[in-house]
Amino acid sequence: MTIVIDCLGQRCPLPVIALAKRLPTVAVGDVLRVLADDPAAANDIPAWCRMRGQEYVGGHTVNGAPAFDVRRTS
Amino acid sequence: MRSGYLDAASSAPLHPVAREAWAAALTDGWADPARLYTQARRARQLLDAARATTAECLGVRPDELTFCASGTQAAHLAIEGARRGRRRESVVHSAVEHSAVLHAAALGPAVEVPVDRLGRVDLAAWSAAIDPETAVAALMSANHEVGTVQPVADAAAVCAAHGVPLYVDAAQSLGRMPVPPGWSLLTGSAHKWGGPPGVGLLVVRKGTRWRRPGPADEREPGRDLPSIVAAAASLRAVLAEAGAEDTRLRALVDRIRAVVALIPDVEVIGDPDDRLPHLVTFSCLYIDGEALLHALDRRGFAVSSGSSCTSSTLHPSHVLVAMGALSHGNVRVSLHRETTPDDVDGFLAALPEVVAGLRKEAGV
Repeated sequence: MTIVIDCLGQRCPLPVIALAKRLPTVAVGDVLRVLADDPAAANDIPAWCRMRGQEYVGGHTVNGAPAFDVRRTS
Repeated sequence: MRSGYLDAASSAPLHPVAREAWAAALTDGWADPARLYTQARRARQLLDAARATTAECLGVRPDELTFCASGTQAAHLAIEGARRGRRRESVVHSAVEHSAVLHAAALGPAVEVPVDRLGRVDLAAWSAAIDPETAVAALMSANHEVGTVQPVADAAAVCAAHGVPLYVDAAQSLGRMPVPPGWSLLTGSAHKWGGPPGVGLLVVRKGTRWRRPGPADEREPGRDLPSIVAAAASLRAVLAEAGAEDTRLRALVDRIRAVVALIPDVEVIGDPDDRLPHLVTFSCLYIDGEALLHALDRRGFAVSSGSSCTSSTLHPSHVLVAMGALSHGNVRVSLHRETTPDDVDGFLAALPEVVAGLRKEAGV
């Protein structure tokens, strides 16, 4: 299951803060998709996953917006 | 009031020897050194002595050294001059070079070589990128944002095997650490070691094919004689102190690294050991870099940041991105000869409170 949070228009670190707040509410194994167009998001979302031991699934584009998928592993 | 100034990597406070030499040269060296009368000869002698001193400090010949108006200008001349001299266009460079080098490289075809998590260039990729058609390959001596020392000697060996000149941007290491041999072009910037702003160095080793870009002009690009004299005098003074300063500043940086790592969700970035003596960088999760800089400034601490919100382009530092390091909440601390243990302790006492306060405001 994939849950989407819309952080378009938000500047870093706000998308990462939103990710950190929301991920504990999804089930382990589920994917949280962060829509974020701040230029730092593509770097900082994978970096957050590495620091917090969560799985960065990858980045892609959804309806023209940059999207970053994170799977809760613990 | 300089005790909280912790941004030597942007510009080190002026060394007292530089101040004295500058004032003396302004008195004696105001005339045009190219003219033939007494006042001009005095200026010429000062310039020749400054060149000889600087060349000796760098271990090069005086006629291999060109004074420039800035480190940026020196970097541009190094790369564009190599392209012209070798009649080739392609520039190979690490992904973490200074923006002055990247801008010059981007004037033509360029190949970027990735770095590892510590910011060190991938030597296998470096080897694969360089071929005899490469105009010049650029690898800095040590990184200006994270302090990691680059494998210059190994990179030079690859270049030599292909007959390609190696350009080393040594802006952050000159006066602090020796540059390994094997390079063909080298640049530096006086205000990074405690000299005055507005003096760059360009060294082109004998036998390197290099042609000065721009209009043909016999005038040296660096024209500010008092500042050049001050740069030379301060470089010699700084080198005389370098061994003791290396030990002292490494210990202070080690302390910063250890204490900062105790703050929750902070990542210390760059090689912990094979690094510049005076510089350390870390990123704090959930913190806006601009807010962090302003909060530290209000407490009297001047530091720099690679976070996107602190840059004019609103893009994160290309160095941090190339390393895959967290880019928001980023702080670079760089020490200098006037930094005391008390200054460092004051910073380390203030930082956890500032970080906790900003996180509370952000609701995390």
